[in-house]
Amino acid sequence: MADDRFEAPDYYQLDDLLTDEHKLIRDTVRAWVKAEVSPIIEEYAQKAEFPSQIIPGLGEVGGFGPYIPAEYGGPGLDQISYGLIMQELERCDSGLRSTSSVQSSLVMYPIWKYGSEEQKQKWLPKLATGEFMGCFGLTEPDHGSNPSGMITNFKDMGDHYLLNGAKMWITNAPIADVAVVWAKNEEGRIHGLLVERGMEGFTTPETHDKWSLRASITGELVFDNVKVPKENLLPGKSGLGAPLGCLDSARFGIAWGAIGAAMDCYDSALRYTKERIQFGVPVASFQLTQKKLAEMITEITKAQLLTWRLGVLREEGRATSAQISMAKRNNVDMALKIAREARQMHGGMGITGEYPIMRHMANLESVVTYEGTHDIHLLITGMDVTGIPAFMNDGSQLKNL
Amino acid sequence: MKILVCISKAPDTTAKIAFTDGDTKFDESGVQFIVNPYDEWYALVRGLELKEANGGSVTVLNVGGADSDPVIRKALAIGADDAVRIDAETTDALYVAKQITNYAKEQGYDMILAGKETIDYNGSQVAGMVAELMDAPYVSLSSKLDMNGNTATIEREIEGGVEVIEVNTPFVLSAAKGMSEARIPNMRGIMAARSKPLTVVPASEGSNSTVVKGFTLPAAKSGCKLVDSAEELVDLLHNEAKAI
Ligand SMILES: Cc1cc2nc3c(=O)[nH]c(=O)nc-3n(C[C@H](O)[C@H](O)[C@H](O)COP(=O)(O)OP(=O)(O)OC[C@H]3O[C@@H](n4cnc5c(N)ncnc54)[C@H](O)[C@@H]3O)c2cc1C
Repeated sequence: MADDRFEAPDYYQLDDLLTDEHKLIRDTVRAWVKAEVSPIIEEYAQKAEFPSQIIPGLGEVGGFGPYIPAEYGGPGLDQISYGLIMQELERCDSGLRSTSSVQSSLVMYPIWKYGSEEQKQKWLPKLATGEFMGCFGLTEPDHGSNPSGMITNFKDMGDHYLLNGAKMWITNAPIADVAVVWAKNEEGRIHGLLVERGMEGFTTPETHDKWSLRASITGELVFDNVKVPKENLLPGKSGLGAPLGCLDSARFGIAWGAIGAAMDCYDSALRYTKERIQFGVPVASFQLTQKKLAEMITEITKAQLLTWRLGVLREEGRATSAQISMAKRNNVDMALKIAREARQMHGGMGITGEYPIMRHMANLESVVTYEGTHDIHLLITGMDVTGIPAFMNDGSQLKNL
Repeated sequence: MKILVCISKAPDTTAKIAFTDGDTKFDESGVQFIVNPYDEWYALVRGLELKEANGGSVTVLNVGGADSDPVIRKALAIGADDAVRIDAETTDALYVAKQITNYAKEQGYDMILAGKETIDYNGSQVAGMVAELMDAPYVSLSSKLDMNGNTATIEREIEGGVEVIEVNTPFVLSAAKGMSEARIPNMRGIMAARSKPLTVVPASEGSNSTVVKGFTLPAAKSGCKLVDSAEELVDLLHNEAKAI
């Protein structure tokens, strides 16, 4: 990839809404990304490999559980700091941000919020440094948008639980030391279990040939009569609300992350079209190009404002799940549209790995699908404003077809 | 080993440069400030490396207003132990040097390190003046600094080679490229910086003795032109640029 010349747009001087510490955190992650990840990310994405050598550095710059308090090995940052870190990571690559989102919001968050004191002491400090990596198993082959239908289950065998089932599409699965697995007990209630690498009957086959998030590793979790010690059950919360609480945290981070990807595409398109001469003038001097650039910066600025406000609400403990859904949906869609436009504005150059655009574009296809698809988030907003859930129908209208 | 590192703030290298007050003042609105890179990458980081190897402390000092606090916090996040800000508005190197000296002379520092220049005004004067006012030896534009007890071995890049100098503490040094590698702070450092002491000291007597009469920007660069043949190039150089 060409040199990382990224300059962040701040059209509405939103930096004024951040504290000096927020800016220091953001600039620190940006500097780390430019020095350590930008030079290698394209190569790793091309060969579909996770650059595991960056794990310790990612931990140092707060990529793993930035809001986890110091007593459990985290830096104890606020929610806007978390958002800014995600923005800077995804500015480089959505796969990098995914690794960080999963470890932070889907592994450390449930252990911190729902775990026992022993579980927190055992796992959190080493997850914060990246010495341990974790993954989160909710999605199953037959249950994606509808996780409550899951069939992965465990039985109480007296001195342990016996876990059976399978999870699919699990980020970090092949490298995880611990999996936070959501499964039903004999009464059909969802609980979180900490399943450790090496437990008999537990395997994590890798998912190959992804066209998206190629620098992030994905796999399955297969449980064939896995004996899980009873102390590995997360005691603090059960029911679908438990995994959904984690998803709120992750989706919040994705809403920020998507802005990063959009900013990178915009910044690259702006520079490229100012430098690229066609018909004797810079491509940026054509009205059609300016329309695209003007709309991009407008959408980025709106998303920045939306997300900053969401950050304030979340820090105050007032952000609702529906508000988070709106931001995730809006921002990822915005980023995806900007990536597609930016791709065209780079002409043939937008097709190669010389520029980050097509990588962002392909990555965002996963981001718009995982953590609740684009349409599922629309249904969440729809339900929130009407009070009527529209996720399900009883199938009766299919009988007459 | 007691080390003082002088740091100043400088506009980010991507900042748009404009002037106000009849082109006599730099327009700071909307400008992002960073720690002057020569101060941060070389003077501060080398100071920290020496402390880590030999023990002691690293204090960072800035002469400036409260708007310098963010860059001071960054220096603390990178690893300085504490910070002093001498509360003053500055335009002039001698004034800054006097402020630094008035504070530092009673503190017994083994060395005072600064960057070779700031990337905005490029004055290269303060460190030399501090040395003079402190009556201490001064080594400018240093690219390597090693300590052995109270003796420093310092390298300077000179035209076509390297000069090696030995000097005893206390001394003043200005740091250039080669001295050390830039460090990126980590989150733990940023959190620790919250509680590290930043002491604000009132400015001592004195005033700026020079006055800026004006700034002018360089003429705007014209775009680059790609030519297809040597003939066309010669023609353009001759008829358009009138260079040949
Ligand atoms: C790269 C990648 C990484 C992932 N990482 C993880 C992970 O770490 N952990 C994890 O648990 N999961 C993970 N996922 C899974 C992801 O969360 C699911 O793919 C997602 O929830 C969608 O589920 P599905 O693929 O089964 O699609 P489906 O639910 O089958 O959806 C198919 C289509 O139907 C639509 N649809 C479904 N229901 C409705 C409805 N009621 N109304 C209207 N439209 C509907 C959807 O919007 C979608 O367009 C990952 C996925 C990918 C691609």
